[in-house]
Amino acid sequence: MSDITRATGTQLVKRGLAEMLKGGVVMDVVNPEQARIAEDAGAVAVMALERVPSDIRRDGGVARMSDPEMIEGIKAAVTVPVMAKARIGHFAEAQILQALGVDYIDESEVLTPADEAHHIDKWAFDVPFVCGATNLGEALRRISEGACLIRSKGEAGTGNIVEAVRHLRSIMGDIGRITKADSAELFDWAKRLQSPLSLVQEIAETGELPVPMFCAGGIATPADASLVMQLGAQSVFVGSGIFKSDDPAPRARAIVEATTNFTDPVILGKVSRGLGAAMPGLEIDSLETRLADRGW
Amino acid sequence: MKVGVLALQGAFARHADVLADVGTTPIEVRTPEQLLGVDALVMPGGESTTMSMLLDITQLRRPLVERIADGLPVFGTCAGMILLASSVADGRSDQESLAAIDIDVRRNGYGRQIDSFEADFAVGNEGLSDWELPFHGVFIRAPVVERVGDSVEILARVDESPVLCRQGQVMVASFHPELTDDRRIHELFVEAA
Repeated sequence: MSDITRATGTQLVKRGLAEMLKGGVVMDVVNPEQARIAEDAGAVAVMALERVPSDIRRDGGVARMSDPEMIEGIKAAVTVPVMAKARIGHFAEAQILQALGVDYIDESEVLTPADEAHHIDKWAFDVPFVCGATNLGEALRRISEGACLIRSKGEAGTGNIVEAVRHLRSIMGDIGRITKADSAELFDWAKRLQSPLSLVQEIAETGELPVPMFCAGGIATPADASLVMQLGAQSVFVGSGIFKSDDPAPRARAIVEATTNFTDPVILGKVSRGLGAAMPGLEIDSLETRLADRGW
Repeated sequence: MKVGVLALQGAFARHADVLADVGTTPIEVRTPEQLLGVDALVMPGGESTTMSMLLDITQLRRPLVERIADGLPVFGTCAGMILLASSVADGRSDQESLAAIDIDVRRNGYGRQIDSFEADFAVGNEGLSDWELPFHGVFIRAPVVERVGDSVEILARVDESPVLCRQGQVMVASFHPELTDDRRIHELFVEAA
C-alpha cells in the first residue's frame, strides 16, 4: 500500500485548482483582517496585495510584489487559497512567491511591468499562474507561456465595468467566430492573433479556451458580477470594489450570492438592496494610465 | 435517472458532463425545489467554506439533511467530502458538517496547491471486487481522511490514507474523477443509486 508515485505541478493539478474556483469570487485584500472578512463573506480565494488597484492608481510610483510577511499573515488568517501578484516578466518575484507557498500567482498588469518584451515562462513553475488578457490573442499567448487561468483584464481600480465588458465580448466573440471557421481559415486566425496554431485549432474543436476564464477589472456591484458571468466569465475577481465601498462585508456577500445566482434577476434584486454606496467610479477617458495596455 | 449536481460553486459543470456521459440526466441544484426533484446528488469540489455558507443562504441545508437521512444517494468529491464528513479539522470554526458519513477529515491535509498531485491507485475491497486497472486520481488541496468509522467501507487508499469511502448510500472521494476521462467512479455511484 505504500510508495504510490505522486506527480506534482502537472497541468492537470494546476488547471484543476482553477476548476474548483469556478462560480466564485476572488477578493483583493491588503491585510489579515480584510482576508477574514472576505472568507466570512464566502470568497473562494483571496488575492494578497499591498494596495488595491484604486490606491495604486491614486498614489502612482512603482507597484511591486507584496511584502512576504504580509502574504504570510494573510495565509495564516484564512483557509481558502491565497493568490499573490508578481510584476509582468519578474520571474524572481514569482520564484519568491512560489517559495512562500502561495496557491496561485497573478502575473499582473496592476503592478508596474518589469520586462517590456517578455512575460514569465510559467512552465518553469509548479505553482499555477493566472494572467490577464484584453483579447483572444493575448489570452492564447499567455496560455502558450503556461498560464492555467485567464482573466479578462478590464480596467482595474476604476469601478467601471465597461472595459471588462469590451474585453469579454472580444474574447468570446472571437472564440465563436473561430468555431465557425473552416480548417484553412484557422491558419489565418493564428497569424492574426499572433498565437500558436495548435491552440487555435483546439478552440475550433472545443468551442472554449483550453483553461478557465474569469473576469476582473471594474466589478463593483452584484449586477456587474451577473453581467460578466452572463457574458461568459466563469468567476469574478473583485479588487477595489469591495474594500473601497461604504460597507465591505455585506457587499462582498452580495457579490458572492450574485455570482452563484447570476441568471436569477429576482435573487439579484434581493441581494442588491441596501448595500450603501459602491466605490466611487472613474471614467475611462479621464485616466492617466491604462493598466490594461500593459502586457504584450 | 435524474442526478442533481449541487451548483452553488465549484466544478459542478464538469460533474454534469460526466453524469450525462454515463447515461443519467444531470440537474443543477441551487434551490430546495430543485433538490426535491432529483434521485441522487453529487456534491462537487470547490471551496467548502463558500459552499457551506451558500447552503445556509439558499436554505438548502435542512432539506439536504432530511433527504440524505431518507436515503438519497449522495456522492461528494473533495469539498463535497468535507461537507459530508462527521468532523473537519483545520476548517473554519463555524464550518458545519452534514455528518452523513462517519469519517473525520483534515482540510487541505495534503498541503497547499504546490503539494497537489496526481497518482494511480487500486480500487476494490471485500465488498467490491478489485478493478483490473488502477484509477488515476487528481488531488487538489485535498482533504485527508484521518478516521473511519466501523460501518464505513474503504474502497481505495493512497499510501495509508483512505481516498474513496462508502457508507450506505453515501460515497465520498478526496480526489476529482470529474477531471479525468475515466468514468468508473461515477458509474459505481450511479449503479449503486
